[in-house]
Amino acid sequence: MSALVLDGLTKRYGSFTAVHGASLRIPHGQFVCLLGPSGCGKTTLLRMIAGLEEPSGGQMLIDDRDITATPAHKRDFGMVFQSLALFPHLSAGENIAYPLRIRGVPADERRRRADSLLELVRLPGMADRPVSRLSGGQRQRVAIARALALEPKLFLLDEPLSALDAKLREAMQIELKQLQRRLGITTIVVTHDQREAMTMADLVVVMSEGRIRQAAPPMEVYRRPADAFVADFIGMTNLLEGEVTVPGRASVPGGELALAGLPPHGRALLSVRPEEVLLHPATAAGGANRLAGTLSFVRDLGASVEFRIDVAGREIVALTRPQDRPSVEPGAAVIVEIPAEACVILPPEGRVS
Amino acid sequence: MIRRAPRSLGEHAPILFPALMLVVFFVIPFGLMIAVSVARRIPGGFYEPDLVFANYERFLSAFFGGVLSFSLELAALVAVVAVGIGFPFTYRLARLPRAAQVRWLVFLLSILSLSEVIIGFAWSTLLSRTAGITNLLVAVGLMAEPQSLSPSFGALLAGMVYQAFPYTVLVLYPALARLDPALVEASRTLGASPLKAFFTVVVPAQRNTIVATLIMAFVFALGSYLLPQLLGRPQHWTLSVLITDQAIYQSNMPFAAAMAVFLVLVSLALVGLSLLFGRKEEA
Repeated sequence: MSALVLDGLTKRYGSFTAVHGASLRIPHGQFVCLLGPSGCGKTTLLRMIAGLEEPSGGQMLIDDRDITATPAHKRDFGMVFQSLALFPHLSAGENIAYPLRIRGVPADERRRRADSLLELVRLPGMADRPVSRLSGGQRQRVAIARALALEPKLFLLDEPLSALDAKLREAMQIELKQLQRRLGITTIVVTHDQREAMTMADLVVVMSEGRIRQAAPPMEVYRRPADAFVADFIGMTNLLEGEVTVPGRASVPGGELALAGLPPHGRALLSVRPEEVLLHPATAAGGANRLAGTLSFVRDLGASVEFRIDVAGREIVALTRPQDRPSVEPGAAVIVEIPAEACVILPPEGRVS
Repeated sequence: MIRRAPRSLGEHAPILFPALMLVVFFVIPFGLMIAVSVARRIPGGFYEPDLVFANYERFLSAFFGGVLSFSLELAALVAVVAVGIGFPFTYRLARLPRAAQVRWLVFLLSILSLSEVIIGFAWSTLLSRTAGITNLLVAVGLMAEPQSLSPSFGALLAGMVYQAFPYTVLVLYPALARLDPALVEASRTLGASPLKAFFTVVVPAQRNTIVATLIMAFVFALGSYLLPQLLGRPQHWTLSVLITDQAIYQSNMPFAAAMAVFLVLVSLALVGLSLLFGRKEEA
């Protein structure tokens, strides 16, 4: 049984469709990241789940109960907003106790729960602090504690860490993930930061132009992208356009590759991660899946070395560990090896369907 | 920006013009009024400079006390009703599409161009027996025969709220337009119905704005002197009406001035109170 099922959820604004039939099954206790560039519909999808936007079509089930028409205040979901939306007239503790007050929980019980929630987000003793006197990270934690106050069935976060500086953001990502694991709460986070998604998610949902392109665990999204958009958006990749000449062989700019799983004929799009590309000096012996090129640029990134190679007018990027660095200099003729097993064959140009 | 205190005359220059205007248009007239309020009245004629407090003593009678308390109560009631209607109205207005907001604001601003006289006569016609809204109620069959609703306290209240309403909206609008819509959404996801969200988040978060608007509307209503005469009965006449009456018809300038000074002092005290209130909020 899935905790949350989205079935063809659609949102239209006039003639503009923000979300095209999003379908998704999210099991209990999963940490899900909705990932995509700005304007891809991820926030609209999250707001529909929260009940803040009315879907134009499709339905939504939680524990097999249809909640498509349930108003936001009856859904029992906790949500953290991008602006955090802390109530300026209340203290940190009162903010956290707000949902309890709405439900008529007595004052001393509220106080006790607020204190234990502040403990949970590692802000003990901050209950009486006015919101305006909290730092960015502290506000973040108060917003999280407030959203968790009712032990919600679903924990929703809309770009929650975007206002924090890079270092604090990284720390909060890990902390958020640990908190989620400890509470075992089904969580959906919207982000445009693929590193953030990779850090936290059990399930990454990549969206673009209002459509879900791929929903899979982070490493699968990285290793087996469903299409060119996903391959390009998650990390860095080399996209090669090929033409299947003989079954099992595709000609690409600069040579020919022998690959399993190619379509019997026609065009094919190949994706290969820079760290999978092998680089050899031009003097190396010939072999399968090797393309000749010229090294155009090298940069040291500390933990790795990046090579840019011109292969028949197309740039291929290769990444090696410093200790594996081949002794080649810019301008030298090199041989690029693309291992067949590292190559992902994508549907030619665009649509998954 | 210059952080240190201004030293030369040149550095004081930016404040000189407003200071001059304040002196010319407020301090001098108010000083004259105070001087007049302690002058001795020459019966049947004018007044001569003196230092008598008889006008202030006269003020302590039951009659003027009654008028004063009625004036304050009426102004307070007008302020509460105007803000009570204006706040939810402005909240909705600030959430409309931009073009619709502009249309409403232009409409409200156009009400400001109407003089108190026009507003007074329009309401008295609207509430009259011969041409008023009761004729409509009779036509629909809700009423047996047309009635006159003016002059009355209700008519006076309606007219004064109508006059104060656009000011109220204009003062509330900037604060409500800046209100983060996520605040209400957050309270919705935390279990508050739309109505509960309005009363537990929007209203308390805007408390200072509401208090400031109430005081503005109160002071504004305190100065109204035509509407009470057009829409109210003599028992609904305010201190402003009596001031006009004393100054123009009874030719008793010193007494009118004394009442006016008192009214200004009450207004200032209330503004001071609101500032004190605001400072306590910040701490």
